[in-house]
Amino acid sequence: MTVKAWLLADTPRSRTQARLGQAYLGLAALVSNPLAVIGLIIIGLLVVVAVLAPSIATHDPYLQNLALRLKPPSAEFWLGTDALGRDIWSRIVYGSRLTLTIVCLVAVIVGPLGLAIGVIAGYAGGVTDRVLMRITDIFMAFPRLILALAFAAALGAGIENAVIAIAITAWPPYARLARAETLTRKGSDFIAAIRLQGASPLRVLIGHITPLCVSSVVVRLTLDMAGIILIAAGLGFLGLGARPPSPEWGAMVASGRDYLIDQWWVATMPGIAIFVVSLGFNLLGDGLRDVLDPKMR
Amino acid sequence: MITVDRLSVRFGSALAVREASFEVAKGESFGLVGESGSGKSTILRALTGLVDIAGGTMILDGEALGTKRSRRFHRVVQMVFQDPYGSLHPRHTIDRILSEPCAIHGLDRPEQRVLGALDDVGLGPSFRFRYPHQLSGGQRQRVAIARAIIAEPQILLLDEPTSALDVSIQAEVLNLLARLRRQRGLTYILVSHNLAVVAHMCERLAVMNRGEIVEQLTAADLHRREAGTEYTRLLMRASEGYDPALASL
Repeated sequence: MTVKAWLLADTPRSRTQARLGQAYLGLAALVSNPLAVIGLIIIGLLVVVAVLAPSIATHDPYLQNLALRLKPPSAEFWLGTDALGRDIWSRIVYGSRLTLTIVCLVAVIVGPLGLAIGVIAGYAGGVTDRVLMRITDIFMAFPRLILALAFAAALGAGIENAVIAIAITAWPPYARLARAETLTRKGSDFIAAIRLQGASPLRVLIGHITPLCVSSVVVRLTLDMAGIILIAAGLGFLGLGARPPSPEWGAMVASGRDYLIDQWWVATMPGIAIFVVSLGFNLLGDGLRDVLDPKMR
Repeated sequence: MITVDRLSVRFGSALAVREASFEVAKGESFGLVGESGSGKSTILRALTGLVDIAGGTMILDGEALGTKRSRRFHRVVQMVFQDPYGSLHPRHTIDRILSEPCAIHGLDRPEQRVLGALDDVGLGPSFRFRYPHQLSGGQRQRVAIARAIIAEPQILLLDEPTSALDVSIQAEVLNLLARLRRQRGLTYILVSHNLAVVAHMCERLAVMNRGEIVEQLTAADLHRREAGTEYTRLLMRASEGYDPALASL
């Protein structure tokens, strides 16, 4: 029996086999969507570049050489050099580590936090709902960047504090999303049925309601990644995120804006990196939406 | 086994159930018949604690039911919902759906129970790892019945278990329910708008109209067409099919 036949067996003999079969179908659905594959490849490349940065970079990203400042792209400096003579290609390669760190940390904080608050508010209702949603409203009332700025200023500059500041400002839409999803599912018969089985509220929340909200939160999170990268860059530009000389893409764009007309590559190259990675996350988000819904199969 | 005394349920300002009283003995099959909106499903939901009651008492096995239901209650009483498309979790496999009651009540040998329950309702093991959306309405309702019986309850509350199914499947599901009751000595409370279904499944029934129980009679009374109230006679005539004279009423 081939592996494929085993995975797609009509009558799986064990739960493991059934789960692997579902995972295979999910992967197949993702791979059959060409745009999602492009997104997946971009994110995969980002991870590879970040992991293998020392062997991919051609120069030391921090090495300054004023004699070689603002050189156009050439065989020696693939993407040119910046105002301090540093190799832009190497800086972008090392910058992918920062980008990936920011993206992962924000996702890990924002997703579960927003999900938990939204699901609890939606399921509990009453006073709990009102208190949690008013807190959410307070956070939503401020423009995201301004609030992140305030937090970053209060916590001090640095990439970790920037992540915390972004996370604090980014969770409310997720709480709203999860709450709305919970409210539509709460009254359905299958929730009544599991409550009738004697399930505790915790079991209903974790096992039955949260899985229904996860996919929309994951999709939204992937689609939001571009914005998160940009806010991180904005904080870096204002001196409240990644600090020089760390090769954060947003900060690199900001530092290149003085030379935009004559030395276009200084700002453009990291800008392209941001654009490509954001696009990758967007495409992946779209693909995931199809995969995470077993009804689509 | 179940005593409902002067039960009232209020939705906002409307009284959905008004002082309904009935008793169901152990092993009996009791029917609640009425038009939609007559409050029959609400009585079931009140029994299970899904809606709050405005007055009256409900007694199960000599124990009054309060606002909270104990874990033991859920072992004894289970329910089958009307709409098999809405009563199964869309992201859970049949296996997961049937395993949950075992996990909640800490039952032993969950795998065998799942396979046994599937077998009991006439679904093979091939259905075990399917999702609800891969099943037909009748198959889904069988899964819902399997879920209700897997923890071996004594009482099944059936809320229009066949009205969402097409006619040929209805008979199959009703026969399945009748067989399960015979085999396991279950007590049924069956809610239906269909007098024929209730007459087929139940020994006794109550007729409801606008939140009130207007009459209680036995299936034998029904077969002899001995109804005490005008409303029941109207329902009986309606169940015989379309009648132009009745439609103009």
